[in-house]
Amino acid sequence: MRKGWFLPIAAALGFSFLYAPIVSLVIFSFNESSLVTVWSGFSTKWYGELFSDPQLLGAAWLSLQIAALSASIALVLGTLAAIALVRFRRFRGRTLFAGMVSAPLVMPDVITGLSLLLLFVAMEGFLGWPQGRGMLTIVIAHATFCTAYVCVVVQSRLSDFDRSLEEAAMDLGASPVRTFFDITLPIIAPALVSGWLLGFTLSLDDLVIASFVSGPGSSTLPMVIFSKVRLGVSPDVNALASIIIGIVALGVLAATIIQLRSKPRDRQV
Amino acid sequence: MTATHDPTIPPPRRLKPWNAVEKGLARVGITGRMLVLIAPLIWLLVFFLVPLAVVFGISLANKQFGRPPYTPLLTSEEGTVQLTLHLNNYIRLFTDNLYVAAYLSSIRIAAIATIITLLVGYPMAYAIARAPDRWRNILLMLVVLPFFTSFLLRVYALTGFMRGNGVINQFLGLFGIEPIVMMQTDFAVYVGIVYTYLPFMILPLYTTLVKLDVSLFEASADLGARPIHTFLFVTLPLSLPGIIAGSMLVFIPAIGEFVIPSLLGGPETLMIGRVLWDEFFSATNWPRASAVAVAMLLVVVVPIMLLQRAQGAVVEK
Repeated sequence: MRKGWFLPIAAALGFSFLYAPIVSLVIFSFNESSLVTVWSGFSTKWYGELFSDPQLLGAAWLSLQIAALSASIALVLGTLAAIALVRFRRFRGRTLFAGMVSAPLVMPDVITGLSLLLLFVAMEGFLGWPQGRGMLTIVIAHATFCTAYVCVVVQSRLSDFDRSLEEAAMDLGASPVRTFFDITLPIIAPALVSGWLLGFTLSLDDLVIASFVSGPGSSTLPMVIFSKVRLGVSPDVNALASIIIGIVALGVLAATIIQLRSKPRDRQV
Repeated sequence: MTATHDPTIPPPRRLKPWNAVEKGLARVGITGRMLVLIAPLIWLLVFFLVPLAVVFGISLANKQFGRPPYTPLLTSEEGTVQLTLHLNNYIRLFTDNLYVAAYLSSIRIAAIATIITLLVGYPMAYAIARAPDRWRNILLMLVVLPFFTSFLLRVYALTGFMRGNGVINQFLGLFGIEPIVMMQTDFAVYVGIVYTYLPFMILPLYTTLVKLDVSLFEASADLGARPIHTFLFVTLPLSLPGIIAGSMLVFIPAIGEFVIPSLLGGPETLMIGRVLWDEFFSATNWPRASAVAVAMLLVVVVPIMLLQRAQGAVVEK
């Protein structure tokens, strides 16, 4: 059905709304002046300043470690959860399980953060573990909500692949475990890659939950950025943002290509 | 029997150890299914469900000075266990105007922003669904890309855009228009929510719209319906699951939003996520913050159920 000029124009406006602020942020990161929005000449000095800021570098390193760890934990848990939800049609507590898997997707961050902090404090009181708060507690918190995202991604892949391949393997005598590693895993591998990447970026991005469950001396990158931004616009944050946006754009591009290559007839999101 | 084996396919090997392990476990009543389920189930129980219960428990405690900064619910004294529940946090929620106003204004801001997001997102989703095949994946990637880019940094990018001497006002200045005050207003909060949550609206809408049967539109047009009528009476009702799912995906997190009101909103922009944050970090009143969280959960529980049903419909069709 043709809708004439309305749809293309609406879409073009929508996409410019999505991208204009990001593009202007990247442009102004190369601005000479410290007045972020007045152009005074090309310069890369804010990038240089970035790499001489030990607080920022330390926070970035901590955030990368946390993101890698929590994405990996979430990958295992989310994949197992997806298998359970797709393959086990009925089991006791399925509704509860499905609810617990998907609820973190929409749970407001402040509630997730507060509830986990209170849990950690209570656990420390009763069990003596975890001692204090820091990297470990942030990893646990991030792994929990990333599990939900990994599960969604893997679930969609699992539910549209040809089960006869697995049945054939089992008919030929392979055990369920061997079937999983030899047949299922290679087929869902692209979804695992994009699930891990999704978890990684979400963890890297989280401010609210990390603020609740982190302890003294374990400020993540978003926490440092937030405290800088709260004081006003600063050009080195522009530079940092441009770097992060560049890395993420490359990552998403790579993930998209992997998914398209592996699934040429793919028509789903 | 003479089996003619294709030389490229290795003959099936039975993995004996695994079979033995499985049999052994089955004998004590543990099935393979349970092994798959057990890890995510325990993790989510301990780190998702139990914490919510803990929040509820502590919302019934009182603030005290010390570590932890709340009164214990259970105290034992000379062999008697005493359960002390304080309801004053909840009473405060209903009697203190700050909380009531914050809840109402969060719901209002989230609802208005959701409607704007729908109005912006629907034509975009529709355009993508009707785009030629080879364009579709690229356009979808362009929608998803900002979602992966740091949420915090996107909100920050908006501040540079809307400030008094920001990009928009400089642009308007070229035409001799006086700068408009956008930052630190409710308007900026709406823009922030629409901007950051737009992908959540577009994706479910796209998923329902792309599955619609084109012959329905043709039939409608053949029967003499004008395009606007076809849209209102065919397309719109059929895309309802997508509309509900997308709207709830925006509305629910927007209610508890903290970053957007604190970076873009003014001091009078009251939102419940911000109130909870201040209660916890500034006033260090953990029980009060917990009560605010429990009340917030009650506000989002109906939208979450709506979302679950709509998502089922989006996926099934």
